[in-house]
Amino acid sequence: MVTTTRRSFLKTSALGAAGAVASPYLVGGVRAAAPIDVGVLFSLTGGMSIIETSLKDATLLAVSEINAKGGVLGRQINPIIEDGATDPKTFSERASKLAIQDKTETIFGLYVSATRKAVLPVIEKRNKLLFYPTFYEGYECSRNVIYTGAVVNQIVWNAVPWIVEKLGKKKFFIVGSNFLYSRETSKVTKSRIKQAGAQWIADEYLEFGSAEAASLVNKIKESGADVVFSNIVGSSVIAFYREYRNQGLTQDKLPIFSTVTTEIEIAALGPEFSAGSYTSLPYFQAIDSDANKSFVERYRAFVKDPKAVTHQPVESSYFQVYLWKQAVEKAGSFQADAVREAVRGQEFDAPDGRVRVDPENLHTWFTPRIAQWQPDGQGKIVDAAPAPVRPLPYAAYGETDDNLFCTPHGLDQKKLKS
Amino acid sequence: MIDVAFIGLSIGAILLLVSLGLAITYGSMGVINMAHGEMVMLGAYTNVLLGIWLNVGFLAAIPVAFMATALVGFVIERLVVRRLYGRLLDTMLATWGIAILLQEAVRLDLGLSLVGINIEGLGKGLQKVAAPDWLAGVVTIAGVQINAYRGFIILLTAVLTTATWILLYRTPLGIQVRAIMRNPKMAAACGINVERVNALTFAYGSGLAGIAGVMMSGFMTVSPEMGAPVVVDGFLVVVTGGLGSLLGTVWSAGILGEINGFVSSVTTDVVARAAVFAVLILIIVFRPNGLFSFRAR
Repeated sequence: MVTTTRRSFLKTSALGAAGAVASPYLVGGVRAAAPIDVGVLFSLTGGMSIIETSLKDATLLAVSEINAKGGVLGRQINPIIEDGATDPKTFSERASKLAIQDKTETIFGLYVSATRKAVLPVIEKRNKLLFYPTFYEGYECSRNVIYTGAVVNQIVWNAVPWIVEKLGKKKFFIVGSNFLYSRETSKVTKSRIKQAGAQWIADEYLEFGSAEAASLVNKIKESGADVVFSNIVGSSVIAFYREYRNQGLTQDKLPIFSTVTTEIEIAALGPEFSAGSYTSLPYFQAIDSDANKSFVERYRAFVKDPKAVTHQPVESSYFQVYLWKQAVEKAGSFQADAVREAVRGQEFDAPDGRVRVDPENLHTWFTPRIAQWQPDGQGKIVDAAPAPVRPLPYAAYGETDDNLFCTPHGLDQKKLKS
Repeated sequence: MIDVAFIGLSIGAILLLVSLGLAITYGSMGVINMAHGEMVMLGAYTNVLLGIWLNVGFLAAIPVAFMATALVGFVIERLVVRRLYGRLLDTMLATWGIAILLQEAVRLDLGLSLVGINIEGLGKGLQKVAAPDWLAGVVTIAGVQINAYRGFIILLTAVLTTATWILLYRTPLGIQVRAIMRNPKMAAACGINVERVNALTFAYGSGLAGIAGVMMSGFMTVSPEMGAPVVVDGFLVVVTGGLGSLLGTVWSAGILGEINGFVSSVTTDVVARAAVFAVLILIIVFRPNGLFSFRAR
């Protein structure tokens, strides 16, 4: 055991003070242009690599734009790219490496909820910041994560009443994949259907990654439902939409309404199978604004693919780097605690419009939109909220704008139980 | 009721389509080919590439995919598998390695992406497969609506199964194959060219997987890693049916497909999957050699 005597304490603090006085000269002189390391963590191999590689590219696009304009606080950004290999355990190891060995204060990355849950203990223990770009199921309140994807109340809350009023559909059949995101989203959807005065017929789940949707579609056919609300993800999306048409169901009579299907799945499954179906998300490639057109162009140039598609998580991966930059500049520091406090309330003109980090729960304000897929594989925006909507990660448990469960003090367990 | 039975039948047909090739390479030759799923994947990519570069429909893709994957299977047998006959674990490891190599080859555009060349239709992206119009939607037979694509799969599987049965039981080559299955040394002593027959059998089994790949690409996501989950089901069917028994494979695919179809119609797909595995465990516990097996004697 080391005892700190009064004498040794004075000695070390004197040394420390000398160091503190000396270091500004070092920073100001020799190491002025030293780049700042940030972590970039996505699956570059394995089943999720297709989507996550595009997120890595969008992150690097923002980094290169910021660097070209002089960097952050006069320092260039140096992204340290790690591969999570579609495996939660690898994600956790790579996050540890970024936090401990590379000493990065901030990590941009992750896509699948399971990998976020695996990385969470690492960044919370080391007190680092994670910027997470994916729409997700909610029910999480970490002070170490800035959630820049939409959360269920921004995808489902607007959608269900819209289906009831504008499409005149009243009988909902909910389908999903058998895992966290779909189960949670279905729960939210069900409570919203009840509120909207519509009827919930059934909910059914496919095994995760299953390509066999025949029984599911047959049940939909016989259920008497007039709209299908889909939270199916991953490779099952293609099997589901194709089986749907192959069993003779049509989108004009019994439309599929998805909270997940983006441009990237539509391109793979074929517009002839998806035309007429709907998706609810804040961002679509088809958003008709100069900001978005310029973004799509820059992204395509950056990945050297003139046909590359942009989708919701790509947009978030891009603008969250700018939110981080603004927060760093406001804080005058790269340190995680300072950046977290500074990022509260930050706003940015993203490709889809104004986004804002909620000062309370560190989720993001978005403008919910609904698009109908066209025969050319693009979404036609058929509905957009008049203003950005506040993120409510606990919406399914009674959270409202005036009664937040997730605050800077953490999650209020009492409200969750009541 | 009939539609549920039809769905079960079509699930069984897809299972059989995948396991037919395995029934030959694993069931008959005793080679656990971990790269069988990658043969399915190569078949699917053959369809994708033919669609993009030659713009031919998938009827033409079926024989081409058969030839292409049979050739790959032939090469694998010549280079690797035949040096490892009788060494089950070594074969598994070696073919698993081949599986990874094939996946990466497709993902990296045969290595060309390392020098910046991208082949359309390869690479790590999701591939889009155009489904033929004449197989979209439903056909009505005797008042029952039948999914045309699944109907076609059932027909094709029936044709391929019959062809395989004829090949094994009604041709001189089939007699040689079956002789080798029972006792390779005795077969060699009788003047059968064991090496040649084995290579051809392995190629044929791989070719069948290629055809399965073409059919799967119509409703599955085509990506480099699509093969692995498919092949697990294939092994289950072959083991349940009994090694070396074509009839056993047909029965077990049919039974498992119908169980899947019926259970999922009354409960859910997740429960159906569990039910299939429960039945599998029961069969393996009470009939360790599978439903049909001549090796039991």
